[in-house]
Order: sequence, then C-alpha cells, then structure tokens
Amino acid sequence: MITETHGIAHALLGNLTWAALPYVRAWRDPSLSEIIGAGAGSMVVLGAIALFALITWLGKWRYLWTEWFTTLDHKKLGIMYVLLAGVMLTRALIEAMLIRTQQATAINAPGLVEPGHFAQLFTTHGSIMVFFMAMPFLIGLINYVVPLQIGARDMAFPYLNSVGFWLTAAGSALMMASLTIGEFSTGGWSGYPPYTELAYSGGVGPDYWIWAVSLSSLGSMTVGINVACTIFKFRAPGMGFMRMPLFCWTSLCTAILMIFAMPPLTVVTLLLAGDRYLGMHFFTDGGGGNMMNYANMFWLFGHPEVYILILPAFGVFSEVISAFSSKELYGYTSLVLATTAIAVLSFTVWLHHFFTMGQGADVNAAFGIATMTIGIPTGVKIYDWIFTMFRGEVRFTPPMLFSIAFMMTFVIGGFTGIILATPPLDYMVHDTLFLVAHFHNMLIPGTLYGMIAGYMFWFPKAFGFRLNERWGRISFSCWAGGFFLAFFPLYVLGAAGMARRTQEVFDPAFRPWLYIALFGALVLFAGLASLFIQLYVSIRDRAENMVPIGDPWDARGLEWSVSAPPPEWNFAVIPHVGNRDAFYWRKRNHGAYVRADQYKDIELPKNLMCGPVIGVAAGLCCFGLIWHIWWIASLFAAASVLTVIARSFQRDTTRTIPAAEVEAVDRRWLAGAHASRPVPRQQEETSLNQGLAEGFEPDRAHGLA
Amino acid sequence: MSSGPVSPALRHAGLNLKYASREEAEQIESDVFGFWVFLMSDAVIFALLFALFGTSLEATVGGPTLASVVKLAPAFIETALLLTSSFTFGMASIELKRTHKFTRRHRHRAVGWLLLTWALGIAFLGMEAHDFVTMAGEGAVPDRSFFLSAYTVLIGTHGLHVLTAVIWLPILLMQMYMFGLDRPLKVNLIRLSLFWHFLDIVWIAIFSIVFLQGAIR
Repeated sequence: MITETHGIAHALLGNLTWAALPYVRAWRDPSLSEIIGAGAGSMVVLGAIALFALITWLGKWRYLWTEWFTTLDHKKLGIMYVLLAGVMLTRALIEAMLIRTQQATAINAPGLVEPGHFAQLFTTHGSIMVFFMAMPFLIGLINYVVPLQIGARDMAFPYLNSVGFWLTAAGSALMMASLTIGEFSTGGWSGYPPYTELAYSGGVGPDYWIWAVSLSSLGSMTVGINVACTIFKFRAPGMGFMRMPLFCWTSLCTAILMIFAMPPLTVVTLLLAGDRYLGMHFFTDGGGGNMMNYANMFWLFGHPEVYILILPAFGVFSEVISAFSSKELYGYTSLVLATTAIAVLSFTVWLHHFFTMGQGADVNAAFGIATMTIGIPTGVKIYDWIFTMFRGEVRFTPPMLFSIAFMMTFVIGGFTGIILATPPLDYMVHDTLFLVAHFHNMLIPGTLYGMIAGYMFWFPKAFGFRLNERWGRISFSCWAGGFFLAFFPLYVLGAAGMARRTQEVFDPAFRPWLYIALFGALVLFAGLASLFIQLYVSIRDRAENMVPIGDPWDARGLEWSVSAPPPEWNFAVIPHVGNRDAFYWRKRNHGAYVRADQYKDIELPKNLMCGPVIGVAAGLCCFGLIWHIWWIASLFAAASVLTVIARSFQRDTTRTIPAAEVEAVDRRWLAGAHASRPVPRQQEETSLNQGLAEGFEPDRAHGLA
Repeated sequence: MSSGPVSPALRHAGLNLKYASREEAEQIESDVFGFWVFLMSDAVIFALLFALFGTSLEATVGGPTLASVVKLAPAFIETALLLTSSFTFGMASIELKRTHKFTRRHRHRAVGWLLLTWALGIAFLGMEAHDFVTMAGEGAVPDRSFFLSAYTVLIGTHGLHVLTAVIWLPILLMQMYMFGLDRPLKVNLIRLSLFWHFLDIVWIAIFSIVFLQGAIR
C-alpha cells in the first residue's frame, strides 16, 4: 500500500503519497471497507475543522491559550487529561462497535471491513484504550486530586506536568492522524515482532504505533516521577504516610510502577524502531534476532501496566465507598499493605502473558503460582470494602453503584483469571475470546468503572455543581448491563475455541453469541452517550445544583475542605493534619470553616508556553519519522531540545498572589459557608445541597462572628 | 521567607551548596530528589540493555564476535578519561560548596574545573566515535547481527547520555555568568553532577561486562 518514493519528492515529503489519504484510496477502490476508512478520516478532519471554527467564532483562542494550554495548574492539567481521555474513549468505543459488528456479520460472509482494516481496528482500539484513554483518565484524576488530598499547592514539578500532558496529547494526535494520513499498525496493541518488522509490515502502520506509544510512555514516566515526588515531599505538616487518603496510596504505588515499568516499554519500542529504521536485528527473524526479548520486555512493562491501570481505580473505590457509607474505611492498614503488595508482585508475573511460548513446565508453574498470589491482597481489598459498607449509611449514588458493580464483576473476572493463570488451562484457551473476555472483565470494572466513579465523585469539586444523578443511574445501568451482554458471550465463544482477532467466522453456532455481544456493545455505547447527556443536562441545570461550599457528600479528605471549584492556590493556609480523614474529623470537632489567623503571600508558577510547544514539536518530529521526512524530523527534534534549553534561561518564573487577595477570597467563601444551610444525607441529591454537610456545627466563636 | 540556619537533616545526600534560607534548601532538596528518581528510571533502561546484551553474545551469525571487536587499550583510555572527569567535577563541586564566601576566585576555580570536565567528556566522546568508525571499517556494523545491534545500542545509549551532559554543562556555565549562583542554577549543577557520576557508574559496568569480558573470551 505504501510506495517508496525517490528524488526531490522523497526529500521533501518522504514516503508520503496521494495513496496515503483514505479518501484517495476510497475513490480508487470504492469498497465498503475503504469507505468506512474514509468516513472515519473525514470525521477526524471535519471534527477538527468544526472545532477550530467554533473556537474562532466564539473568539476563545486567547482564553484557551492563556487559561488552559499554557497553564501549569495541576487542576487544569488534570481536567485536560480527562477531557483527552473522553475524546479517545469515544473513538475507541466506536471502533469496538465496528469490531463486534464485523464479527457478527462476517459468519461465512465477508462482513463490513477487509482483514487489514479489521486488524487496524483492533490494534487502535487496544492501543487507544490502554495508552490514550485509561492512562490519561487516571493521570487526570491523580493530577487533580492528589495535591488537594495531601494539602499541597501544586505538583512538585508543574512545568514537567505540562510537558507530560502535551507529550500524551501529541501521541493522541498521531493516533488521530493515522486515520486520515496513511494507516495504522495491524500488529495488535502489543505490536509483536517479527510481524511488525519491515519484512512483514512494510507500511507506516507500526511506525505510527511505535512513535505514538513512545510519546505516551515518555509522558507517563514524567508523571510517575512527578506524582512520587509530590507525595514524598509535599505532604502538609502532620500528613504522615499512614494518614494519607487511600487514593494517595494507590496513586503513589501507581507512580512508582510508572517509574520502573515505563522504561521497558520505551526500550522495546525504540529497539523495534532500530530494527525498522536502521536495519538492526533485535527481533528480526534473521540476523540472530530473538523475538522472546521483545515478549519479555514488553510484558515487563505490560504486567505492571495492568496495575497502573487498576490501582488508581482501587483508590477511587476506597474513597467513594467510605464517603457514601458515611464510615471510615475498614482496614485502612490492610488496604495500604495490599496495595503495596500488589505493586511489588506486579513485577513478578509478566511471563503469564506467554505461557505457550516455550519456557517449559517449571518456569510456567512458578509464574502461575506468582500470578495466583496476587489474588490474595486483592481479596483482602474486596472484603475491606464490603466491611466498610457493613452497617454504614449507604447511599446508592451513581459513583457508589459503579463501586458495587465493580466489586461483583471484578470478582468474577478474578476467577477467570485463576483459570488463565493455570498453565495447562491457559494452553486450552489462550489466544481465544476467553482471554479477551477476561481482560475486559478486569479492565472495564477495574479501570473504567473506577474512572467514571471518580469523575462523578470529584466533578462537583472541580466545577462547583453536581452531575445529574438520574442520567448517572441511566449511564450506570448501560455500563453494567452492557458489560455483561458484551463480554460474557465471549467467555462461551472462547471456551468453544473462537480465536481472538478473527475477521471472519466459519461456525454458524457462534452466531447467537456474537449477536448478544454486538447488542452489548451497543448498550455500552449508550452508556457513553448517556455520560455525555448527563454532562450536557448538568451544565444546563447547573444553577440548581451548585455546591460552592465544596463538601456535597460529607466526605473525608482535605480536598473537600476547600471551596468548589478550589482557588488556584488550593489552600489559603496550608493545613496541619492530626488524623486520618482529616477534614471529617475537623468537621465533627469545630475545626472546619475556620478563618486563619494570618494570611501570607502565595507564590505560584507563571504560565508557560513550553509545554504545548514541546508537545507540538515532538509530535511533528515523530510524524516526520513515520513518513521518513527527515527534514521535518530533525527540524522539530531540534525545536523541542532548543525549547528546553531556552526555558532553562528563564528566571522570572513565578508570580505572587498578595495576602489580601487570598484573604478576601477565603473570607467570601467562609461567609458563604456560614450562611448556607447544612444538608442531611437524605437530601444530598436535591438542590438543597449547597456543599455544606449536616453534622457540622459552625463554631461561631472561631468563625466570622 | 524564613531564613533560619539550615539543619543538617534538610541536606540531601549529594552536593550541598550555599543556601539562602531553609525554604530554598527544602525546595532544592525536593528538586534534586526528583532527579534521583529519574536516574532510577534511567538505570532501568541500562539494566535492560545489559540484559539484552547478555542474550546477544552468541548471536553473531558468523560475523564479528565480542572478542574480535573489543580493544582494551582505547577502552582503558576512555575509562581513564571518564573517571578523571568525575574527579574534576568533584573538585568543581568542592569549590562551589564554599558556604560562607563564594568569591570571584572560587568561581574562577569552579569554572576551571568544570571546563576541564567538559574537555574530558568531549575527549571521551571523540574516542568513542573513533572506536565506532574503526569497527565499521572492520565490518562490525550494527545491522550485521543481533550481537552488534545490542553492542551498539548499549554503548551508544551511554554515549548519548554523555553527549547530553556535554551539551548541558556549557549551558550552565553560561547561566553562571548571566545570573550568578542562583537557585535554579544550583539545582541544575547538582543534577548535572549526579548525572555525570551516574554515567561513570554505568561506564564501569560497561567496562566490566563488555570490555573485560571481551578481553578474556
């Protein structure tokens, strides 16, 4: 499909030809498969044009640039991460529906798309869901919540935070570009060579995968460093490790996993690039190359990655279950130990991703047992959450519903995981839809439900108004029901021997199961659509659902002790922490909503254009590499390095918020708090909820009197 | 800004510079801590490349072997250059460390040591480049075999790191003349010194695992 070009055209445009555009391909060969490809490309292009036009029409470019793109505020970066995740989730879910439609219609028939196109679909679906949906989503939540929970003003490295976001965004942009210029890899999200080597995949597909993933892994590594340093060094006075909210613990473990697990991914993608660009022989068939090095290193990243995806959700569930049961977290210490145990064990099990690739029974047995060991700390967590609910004042709010659905569904997924962790059984079902069903069974409840729950739980904190609970419940019903409909048939199909990544199916007996799975995919999409409707309805009705005081759920961590949305500087005065659940304790002991004795000037980082500049330059550099346009690649590689250097010469990097302004903002909010009516838990989903919880007794003597 | 004396507990393991205040010391401590964490992550990269190199030793496909590509004499000189550069960076650090009087004279000495470090780094890179060219002349090119790919990437990654440090150093010297020894510069000098010593440690591993192994094979 990709032709090598020569001469001047090659110097200028590399391997880029007209045939790279899906529209041209669809024009030359108007098959349904090509038209779907061109349609998807058009959606990206038209969407981008519409977005640009809308922003221009609204005259919002300057606002976006100064308030969002160049910001170093962890809260805004967190929101942008989640927004990015939402966009990518939409694309990858549409692809999931296409995958299911293909298999349901291609029973002894060609179906919608051609094999190559189908392979691109499952590759982009997987790559996006892991690297550009789940990762940005959880990083976004961590970014927003962790500094607020530990009583910090920002992350340890705000500039690095911005760079990390823009690198991830650049990777996402490459994923989108592959829809309209060229093609994507057909080698699956794990990109196994030798199939992804030049000998078998000559086009630009694997190069898109390599560079998009490299950008993402680089971004994630910076996030890991940043989050770990923030938690180690910027906890408020008194906030000992065992007083941190559990979400901070899971974020810390996630960050440490990122620090150690991202390098293998970076190494493996760059070595594959060495093979493809420089003719090296790491994973090639000839030249002594050994694909097993790829498998080992990829999963040395890939397995900890599973826990990078799941641990933050465990943290969210811990916060949500405790808040909506009005109880302190049961077995806090055991939850912390379980989290750290999972983080350590996650590095000991990577081989179970390739039991069938010839290491022999002894090695397989050792890794099988190690794998099953992870079930123990995970089981501890499930019991802790159940006991947290026990005799609590449980309210079935949407985040709580997601948490409960998670616990039940995740346990089932864990059982099928035990099946797969047993090597002889794995030989039976590996590479079938059984595996697909299993990891979706872990990642949809274990990551996505957690992310959605976190989004709904902290949304009022970030924007100052609650999300519509009715649409939240509708969305929950779709996500929960859709999951079972879409993936339980896959267990049956997998056990019956249907291979994964199959473009055409030859056994009519699979038909009913594939139909159910397709229906489930549609229900899941309805779940996503209702999330968007919920957002729209909530913004429309925001005046009735304002919670400016900032504590709509009578929750426990420090993040609820500030206004909603919080001021740019998070805390007027850095709090001193004497207990676990610091804010909850203060509410019950006349310590909340108290004016500070003295306000001080606050230094915040100035906005910085380096993040977006480095992101754009790195993205263009990778684009040049993908298409072998060497002048673009070198020009923009130089541009990003020079930006970093130029930034190091900048000395005037902070601005000061005067104490008077801090005090004025704080006093206005405190006055609001003392004028508001506390809301009992039974009414927290009504417009009476202004973000002040009942049970709190304003102490007039210490208040504004 | 409180400006009490800096307690020893606040001082990180590494280069202690003159701190204006407790707050500055704390800030520098956390900034440098972040770099330690980065180095841990970077160390994982080298660990993987060493592992890869280990699995590649037999994969020569009839081409040059480790014994045939390794030349101990240049490797020895390169090692000497790099270790000496770490020593000279250490001397620069001592000059920068004068906590009570960082005079013009001290600055000149520090700059002198840093320039010497820089020259040693460049000499190292020059010799390494020469090695690769010689190897290419003998047909030991990275696309010849898995072994040569792994060899090139392991040593080349270390070389790229040294190149980064060699680009970084004059930038910091320029900033020293433009801004004096201010906080960002202190942080970056500490980071660069850590980076430099880290690369030294990696090189010692390379010397032992690659060159010595090649010599005894």
